[in-house]
Amino acid sequence: MKILVCISKTPDTTAKIAFEDNNKKFAADGVQWIINPYDEWYALVRAIELKEADASVSIHLITVGGADAEPILRKALALGGDESFRVHLENGDAFQVAAQIAGFAKAGGYDLVLTGKETIDYNGSSIGGMIAELMDVPFLSHATQLNVSGGKATAVREIEGGEETNEAALPLVVSCQKGMAEQRIPNMKGIMGARTKPLKVVDADTTAALTSIERFELPPAKAGVKLVPADQPEELVRLLHEEARVI
Amino acid sequence: MVLVFIDQNEGTIKKSSFEAAAYGAAIAQQTGKTAEAILLGDTPADADQLGNYGISKVHVVNQASLKTMDAQVYAQVLQEAADTLHAEIIIFSNNTTAKAVAPRLSARMKAGMVSGAIALPDTTNGFTVKKSVFSGKAFAHVNILTDKKIIALNPNAFAVTTSSGSASVHPLECSAVQPAVSVTQVNKVVGEIPLSEASVVVSGGRGLKGPENWGFVTELAGLLGAATACSRPVADIHWRPHHEHVGQTGLAIAPNLYIAIGISGAIQHLAGVNRSKTIVVINKDPEAPFFKAADYGIVGDLFEVMPKIIAEVKRIKGVA
Ligand SMILES: Cc1cc2nc3c(=O)[nH]c(=O)nc-3n(C[C@H](O)[C@H](O)[C@H](O)COP(=O)(O)OP(=O)(O)OC[C@H]3O[C@@H](n4cnc5c(N)ncnc54)[C@H](O)[C@@H]3O)c2cc1C
Ligand SMILES: Nc1ncnc2c1ncn2[C@@H]1O[C@H](COP(=O)(O)O)[C@@H](O)[C@H]1O
Repeated sequence: MKILVCISKTPDTTAKIAFEDNNKKFAADGVQWIINPYDEWYALVRAIELKEADASVSIHLITVGGADAEPILRKALALGGDESFRVHLENGDAFQVAAQIAGFAKAGGYDLVLTGKETIDYNGSSIGGMIAELMDVPFLSHATQLNVSGGKATAVREIEGGEETNEAALPLVVSCQKGMAEQRIPNMKGIMGARTKPLKVVDADTTAALTSIERFELPPAKAGVKLVPADQPEELVRLLHEEARVI
Repeated sequence: MVLVFIDQNEGTIKKSSFEAAAYGAAIAQQTGKTAEAILLGDTPADADQLGNYGISKVHVVNQASLKTMDAQVYAQVLQEAADTLHAEIIIFSNNTTAKAVAPRLSARMKAGMVSGAIALPDTTNGFTVKKSVFSGKAFAHVNILTDKKIIALNPNAFAVTTSSGSASVHPLECSAVQPAVSVTQVNKVVGEIPLSEASVVVSGGRGLKGPENWGFVTELAGLLGAATACSRPVADIHWRPHHEHVGQTGLAIAPNLYIAIGISGAIQHLAGVNRSKTIVVINKDPEAPFFKAADYGIVGDLFEVMPKIIAEVKRIKGVA
């Protein structure tokens, strides 16, 4: 079985969010980049677990981005991918990114394409579904558990107001979230091994963007907290009732 | 025409879908179009209520295969419906159904999509939609470049106004599509207010010391008609179920009121709750980072403060 794991790079969860170039660009200076947590902790680790259970599984990693995404791919390789691919396309919109991955996955005959549930910077939650549509295969979104056997995948998925269990024949796309696996730390052997694993660069196709980001904006600063003395909690209830009118 | 996808649960329309309807109607008004709605599966009992949110017609595609949600099937049926009805803008509420279906529909129709929208589009120069990015820490203004457009509106982001109107319900024929996915089991959480839709959320952190003290959270939530939530470590150590975990790696919510009890307010926690309109923090540490994001707060021991708060809420609610 061939698994393709989609890896995106995002600013560290504690990074300061600021913009430059007239608010057109994220200010990346001094920012630490990480693998998007959903891609790493859930999609990639689950793929590694499937490989540990069945040595015939191969794990390929794909990212769509510039050369600055390569350290992220190396880290993913250190965790356990076999080979990695970077489609050279900078600042693609969701549809362009999905088109690159779908084209690559179809040509490569992958059985399973895993994505994270969303990127923690763009919060699109859209690339997995787009890939599935472009490949014309089922999409199991928001999966919290995933098993594969006999050419069939079984997943537990979050749905509105609960969860359900789904079964479908491969190939398919699964978006992964909490519950699917536990975070792992790369070990020395993995880090050394990753240095010699292949990282291939692939040209992007000419798919056009459907959207473009015009500018970013920061939320207005909070007015500051109104503190109520600890010996008068009733006053807090009064303020919420009469001033904020929220209870 | 603006077409609003309506999500239903056990025969009633979801609150967030009424928001999407009102949002779609406002866009229709802004762009000189009409707003109609589409429902897949059985007709919910309250379908005609959509009229109060500015919807003139409700189209219902009722086929056996639509009773469960298969994103592939839904996208195919919605495209056919959108084509038949000449829909130009399609609106979803940005919930788990939309996150599965809307991107497929976007790729299928080559219609540019903005998910996580929080305001009406700006149509003065193109068609630009403001969306939440960086887990609520910033916004992006995204221009949709295609003629056909899809927007998934964040729950609780759009202030709904209702008027009295009426919506007529029409059956719509679409080609039957057989799902490739089979649903072998469904577990719905019944009787609880879904966290993503709640307008008030009471949340607890490690400061509560143990699950035996959760009565402070659940009792206050019960009195306020609120949903309950928790910080990640609380779910990780199984004091509370995982679906209550909010934050960067859990659910992102935006209620009118978020009450945080014994939660430090780490940046990853804030990422899931900082879009709340009013934030109240109860924490004994004056240096807790949550106070920087809060609107109201008490620096104090929750074990002393909470009983008094609960008693006062009971008093104003007239509960003995
Ligand atoms: C990549 C990443 C992702 C993460 N994602 C999430 C996420 O999605 N959601 C999340 O919540 N966390 C997340 N975390 C963890 C986060 O960094 C914090 O560790 C976590 O939010 C802390 O939970 P807490 O506030 O309940 O506990 P603590 O940090 O232990 O804070 C407990 C608070 O209770 C207060 N307290 C104690 N006793 C009392 C008392 N008697 N009365 C009043 N106050 C009291 C203390 O002053 C303290 O502020 C993530 C971390 C990382 C690295
Ligand atoms: N540039 C990218 N390259 C590879 N995979 C990506 C990229 N962007 C997003 N993804 C994948 O798609 C998922 C959803 O992203 P998004 O739709 O942006 O929220 C992520 O969790 C990744 O698995």
